[in-house]
Amino acid sequence: MNEKKENQKENQNVVDKIVDKVWDFFTSIKLTIIILAVISLTSVVGSVVPQRAEPERTIGVLSGIVGEAFAPTAFIVLDALGFTAMFQSWWFLTFLFIFAANLIVCSIDRFPKIWNIIKEPIKPAEPDVLNLMSIKREAFIKGDIDTAKGKVELAFKKIGFKPQLHPESGSTQIVSEKGRYSRLGVYVTHLSIIVLFIGVIIAMFWGFHGGVNILEGTSTSVVYSFRDGKEIPLGFEVRCDNYDARFWEGTDRLKASESWLTIIEDGKEVKSKIVDVNRPLRHRGITFYQSSRGFAPSQDSLFRFAVTSVNGSKENVELKFGESFKMPGTNIKVTVADFSPALGIDQLGRLFTYNPDEMVNPAAFLEFRENDNLLHRQWILRRYPDTWRVQHGIVEFKDLWKAQYTGLQVRRDPGIGFFYLGSFLMTIGLHAAFFMSHRRIWVKISNEKGRVNVLVAASSNKNREAFEKKIDKLIKSLEG
Amino acid sequence: MESFQFFGISTVAYILAMVAYISYLVSKNSTVGVIATTLTVGGFIFQTIGFGIRWAEFNELMQLGIIRAAPLANLYESLEFMVWCVILGYLLIEWKYKTRAFGAFITPIAGLALAFIEMSGMSRDLSPLVPALQSNWLLAHVLLSFVGYAGFSIAFAASIIYLALTTSNNRKSGAYIFWTGALGIFSIILVALIIDFLVFRVAGVTYGQTENHILEATFQSESGFIVLLSYIGSLAFIGLLWRYGGSIIKKIADSFSISKEMLDDVTYKSIAVGFPIFGLGGLIIGAIWAEQAWGRYWSWDPKETWSLILWFVYAFYLHARFLRGWSGPKLAIVAVIGFGCMIFTYLGVNIFLSGLHAYGTL
Repeated sequence: MNEKKENQKENQNVVDKIVDKVWDFFTSIKLTIIILAVISLTSVVGSVVPQRAEPERTIGVLSGIVGEAFAPTAFIVLDALGFTAMFQSWWFLTFLFIFAANLIVCSIDRFPKIWNIIKEPIKPAEPDVLNLMSIKREAFIKGDIDTAKGKVELAFKKIGFKPQLHPESGSTQIVSEKGRYSRLGVYVTHLSIIVLFIGVIIAMFWGFHGGVNILEGTSTSVVYSFRDGKEIPLGFEVRCDNYDARFWEGTDRLKASESWLTIIEDGKEVKSKIVDVNRPLRHRGITFYQSSRGFAPSQDSLFRFAVTSVNGSKENVELKFGESFKMPGTNIKVTVADFSPALGIDQLGRLFTYNPDEMVNPAAFLEFRENDNLLHRQWILRRYPDTWRVQHGIVEFKDLWKAQYTGLQVRRDPGIGFFYLGSFLMTIGLHAAFFMSHRRIWVKISNEKGRVNVLVAASSNKNREAFEKKIDKLIKSLEG
Repeated sequence: MESFQFFGISTVAYILAMVAYISYLVSKNSTVGVIATTLTVGGFIFQTIGFGIRWAEFNELMQLGIIRAAPLANLYESLEFMVWCVILGYLLIEWKYKTRAFGAFITPIAGLALAFIEMSGMSRDLSPLVPALQSNWLLAHVLLSFVGYAGFSIAFAASIIYLALTTSNNRKSGAYIFWTGALGIFSIILVALIIDFLVFRVAGVTYGQTENHILEATFQSESGFIVLLSYIGSLAFIGLLWRYGGSIIKKIADSFSISKEMLDDVTYKSIAVGFPIFGLGGLIIGAIWAEQAWGRYWSWDPKETWSLILWFVYAFYLHARFLRGWSGPKLAIVAVIGFGCMIFTYLGVNIFLSGLHAYGTL
């Protein structure tokens, strides 16, 4: 019985020792410094080696670093070690975990000491304590203690401190402090990192990140996960009513990349929005972001024109490639005979297609016929209104619809609140840690042979010089 | 006048100011010092006006509202703004510490950026914003990131002098060799760019302003002899810097009564401003913007990764200083390494790595 107890005690000791050791390991600042260095150095490798890219591309990049001969070997080694998808690798996540554990344990370890300072508001101090303060000044004021008190109180208010009076036997202390809670800045900053981590973990387990391409005029109720390519059901339908890329005048530089999206639930349209890169659409916790676009014309693609005849009659027409329409009020038949997604005009005035994969500068080639006699033929460029003018009126090229698809990124992140909370905490934490300080002033007023002696002691945990200047200002206003 | 003309005038003023600050350090002639300050302030005023005009030009061109028209959209504008921040930081130091001695060390950082603009032949045109950049976050993100960069740059300059001052009695120490190497490489690149400028722009052996001529008059020259000469010259320069640099800088610092405490103070304060502001502007605002534009607040894009590395280096500096009691050369070396990371984060990532932040490429 006794032996068993002894054994238990010993076991308990061993457990305590292990716990202590683990605790010590995680509280060491050495670990902080090592883990910061390890994360940084491995990240350098991860930023150079393309992440989750095609092997060919990675080998190409590696050729530029180690030479073509060694690149395939380097790729095999890096791939085996996980450097080609490093930021998702188990060992990098372990580093991040150690970093977080170190942060939490260090903060818990140091917090009580700081909390002891923070929970105690300033109070009058003994002369020997005052003597230890880093800033000390002395002044003399004519008159009695009461006038001196008034003067000190005024001087406090002048430098923005609220005076607290503490009468003592034969003397009075006036004390004040500011920014006591700024000492928490470091801890709030650390806490914010943990909060951000929590957000990331929630997103990892309960969120998804994927993408989908939707052709104009079609809809989808699933998207595809970026992690494994699997289908993710949305629980509602998203329809792309239209996609339109607009460009800065005279250039092919993108100005807007807009998708007209509509959310459909149980056959009913519930929400519509024009989405662009900085204007996502949110619905039921799922967010749709404009990401890319693509050109996929087919037999079903529709040309849309706004036609005005010379006699003034107007009409909107919609037709497929090879089909015809009539100029309103006339007998002239117009056929779409050719199309180019990106028609350019070279220096000699010749036309050429320069980017067949994107609808950058779409143009339709129209043939005008009357009773089967070809009257004339003309290219109509969507972005150049000058080309819309034809012999028999104006043909405005509005759009080629059902020919482009929008590329959307789709995300559900139930941890996003933690991200914003973490960002907020980090902002105030950094602000408190670097731009605020805990400043304390003690003033002891006592009678001394017909005049009043004013003893000023002060301290600041940061930026002492600036506070010293303030104290000098206080002294000046006392003497003045 | 258009904005780039104002920028041109300020470039000339800053380069002359750099020369004046260096002459002032050597001659101690106070008139030269006043001229240096006047040139810097003048250049700063011109550059500020230039930014104002460019902002208006950009707003006129895009019509997206004044906040989104901040001229911080391409590499040219960001380098100009970086210079503006460094000069502003320097002028504050000159005014606060009442000494012109730092000018000779900080203006070359501006000089390097300006020489790089000049010789890379980068586009100076306004580049209308692509949809991803059409956000109010752009201004805050870029503005604060560059305030951070400027703080780190000033910390670098102060640490180099600090290292020269504290290690000058032992040329064989690692710290001494480290700073001569760092200052040596920095000076050689600056001088090489100035030689490029003299050869290609002034002497007129030029093929137009948009050609990239970086280091073509020296290390990248067509003539093998010049390349060899450049390397020999560089080694000789670093050798001389190693042999005499420490004692010269110490002598100068003593004659201007610059103490190592003051340099340490400048380094620490610059980092204490740069670290939180870069953390807020570069990382947090960057992440919030990415969340709203790309649906992903952190994607380990090379620019993000390097910004984090950069932030970690200065986090390391602060923790080593306050919790491990690091001080002296050891700590100053961290500040110099941080500057190296900063240059890579700012320029290297765009030049060597591909990623989402492709707006700043040459």
